[in-house]
Amino acid sequence: MKISKVLLCAASLGLLAGTVQADGQLSDTSGKRIALSNNYAGNSWRQAMLQSWEEIGSAAVADGAVSAADAYTTSENQATEQAAQIQNMILQGYDAIVLNAASPTALNGAVKEACDAGVTVVSFDGIVTEPCAWRIAVDFAAMGKEEVDFLATRLPEGGNLLEIRGLAGVFVDDEISKGIHEGVAEHSQFKIVGSVHGDWAQDVAQKNVAGILPSLPDVVGVVTQGGDGYGTAQAFKAAGRPTPLIVLGNRQDEMAWWAEQRDANGYETLSLSIAPGVASLAFWVAQQVLAGEEVPKDLTVPFLKVTQDTLDETLAATPVGSVANVTYTLEDAQAVIADAK
Amino acid sequence: MASHYRILLPIVSLAVLLGATFYMQPRAMSYFGLNLLFNLAVPIALATIAQMMIIMVNDIDLSLGAFVSLVACITATYLNDAPLLGLLMLVALIVTYAVLGAVIHALALPAIVVTLGMSFVWGGLALFILPSPGGTSPNWLRSLMTIKPPIAPMAVVASIVIAAAAHILIIRSRVGTVLRGVGGNARSVERAGWSVIRLKALAYGLAGLFGVLAGMALVGLATSADANIALRYTLISIAGVILGGGEFVGGKISPVGAVIGALTLTLAASFLNFLRLSPDWQIGAQGTILILVLAARLIFRRKGLEV
Repeated sequence: MKISKVLLCAASLGLLAGTVQADGQLSDTSGKRIALSNNYAGNSWRQAMLQSWEEIGSAAVADGAVSAADAYTTSENQATEQAAQIQNMILQGYDAIVLNAASPTALNGAVKEACDAGVTVVSFDGIVTEPCAWRIAVDFAAMGKEEVDFLATRLPEGGNLLEIRGLAGVFVDDEISKGIHEGVAEHSQFKIVGSVHGDWAQDVAQKNVAGILPSLPDVVGVVTQGGDGYGTAQAFKAAGRPTPLIVLGNRQDEMAWWAEQRDANGYETLSLSIAPGVASLAFWVAQQVLAGEEVPKDLTVPFLKVTQDTLDETLAATPVGSVANVTYTLEDAQAVIADAK
Repeated sequence: MASHYRILLPIVSLAVLLGATFYMQPRAMSYFGLNLLFNLAVPIALATIAQMMIIMVNDIDLSLGAFVSLVACITATYLNDAPLLGLLMLVALIVTYAVLGAVIHALALPAIVVTLGMSFVWGGLALFILPSPGGTSPNWLRSLMTIKPPIAPMAVVASIVIAAAAHILIIRSRVGTVLRGVGGNARSVERAGWSVIRLKALAYGLAGLFGVLAGMALVGLATSADANIALRYTLISIAGVILGGGEFVGGKISPVGAVIGALTLTLAASFLNFLRLSPDWQIGAQGTILILVLAARLIFRRKGLEV
């Protein structure tokens, strides 16, 4: 056991010899079963995430990397439901649970039960704080700050900003907003004059922005959280106000609108979000843990940025109603693990 | 007589579902497995008893889920960091519930509207106390909820204790009988010399007490809280009461049945999970199980009338 661990570590250090060693690791986990515990499937990002999992999971099963990669989604987006789902997975005898959590803390009890039963738990996107689980986190605060940094380069003279927030009480919403406010504190020429919750959905964002617009002075920029940019643009258009610089979140409808505006009047902006393919990264990390690789508990994935230059290419690769995506491979996971060491 | 047969159907439903689950997942048939299946049913059972107190006096509580969430937030923050202050807040919540009951009766307000309004108050307070998920369960609570008693796992022991306590309180005790009377015929209870406003306050206060216990139990299991943690409990608790043989009017309730109802609903969700049913169908399937049990009850009752 120990010798194989040493061998595996040595193998992953020599990254250039990837494939040969990878095969050696794969054979170790061919009998293992991995489950995805997902709390929500009701938006384009989550749909793309499930699709990434399905693709990478079925390929891995076909290749014999693992014996099962089943995806489960709770019927309601509630921590209590997901805790029960995780406990069911323990009973079903899965070796690893890959988890996109409804709450960073409320699942800790169930996650601890899983760890105690010898199940590997890897959380991503919606991470859990229980120390026995692995975390693949996105630096959401940095994402929020980057939005303001970008606005500062494009609008050096500053002005009023509108902030679109996500779902109240969710960790991601807090983090992105924290980053945005840090950015505004740094670039004092900007002032946030209004803030509405868009719940990461275009229709909600449109309705709520339309509601707050009459009370706002001139707005030069909108900082968003993704999934809300297109709705915001529509609300500005309907109110007959000039379109401000809206930072987008990689959704297909947002990028299509951007391309249309660019062709019409040279509109320039930035779009950034996490790729839903992070699920595939989490899958490989779980597989590596099962293979006996020593993986640090905290890993970070970069966010996916779409700029004026990469817009056409990304838009063409993104299906209608979906979100810009990349699928991670075993080698990508090994690189992320090596970076964290 | 009627109350004895009232409990039969919930027991049979639970037994059938349990048998099916064991068949699907033999691993569940153990001390460890039973605890995993049912430990999250403990807070639901407590919330169901809370809802039952309200339904007992012909009202309905739409704020219970938000209330339990608020209790969870207080438990994971104040009760842990400053136990005395935390305890005081929880007691204040129970008193507020009792006052609500009195106000609803005194002003003849519809409980459904008042509690719906209160759900936003509770939700707001919960977000105020815990704007982002976090907090820590007090250690004693965590060890209480993860205790490993001999013979039967914690979840089973706790369910039996909750059912027995609620049964003694509501079915056996003098005041329990009068409380059920309020649901049956408030006017005759009043004529017999009881103060209905006090009884309603008592029923709501008891609901508050069990709601507080539910929130605490939930935090003990989850180890921490968030402001939305128990929103589902509103509807689950109503379904649990009805599934357990309770009725919306007439003070016809069964505490033992309510606990069994809560267990059945929890088990139904796990069973559907084991079946690998797509989540799109799961809510519908849960509803179907509920309707099937209620339909069975109706058929039994019709037959009962004919005999």
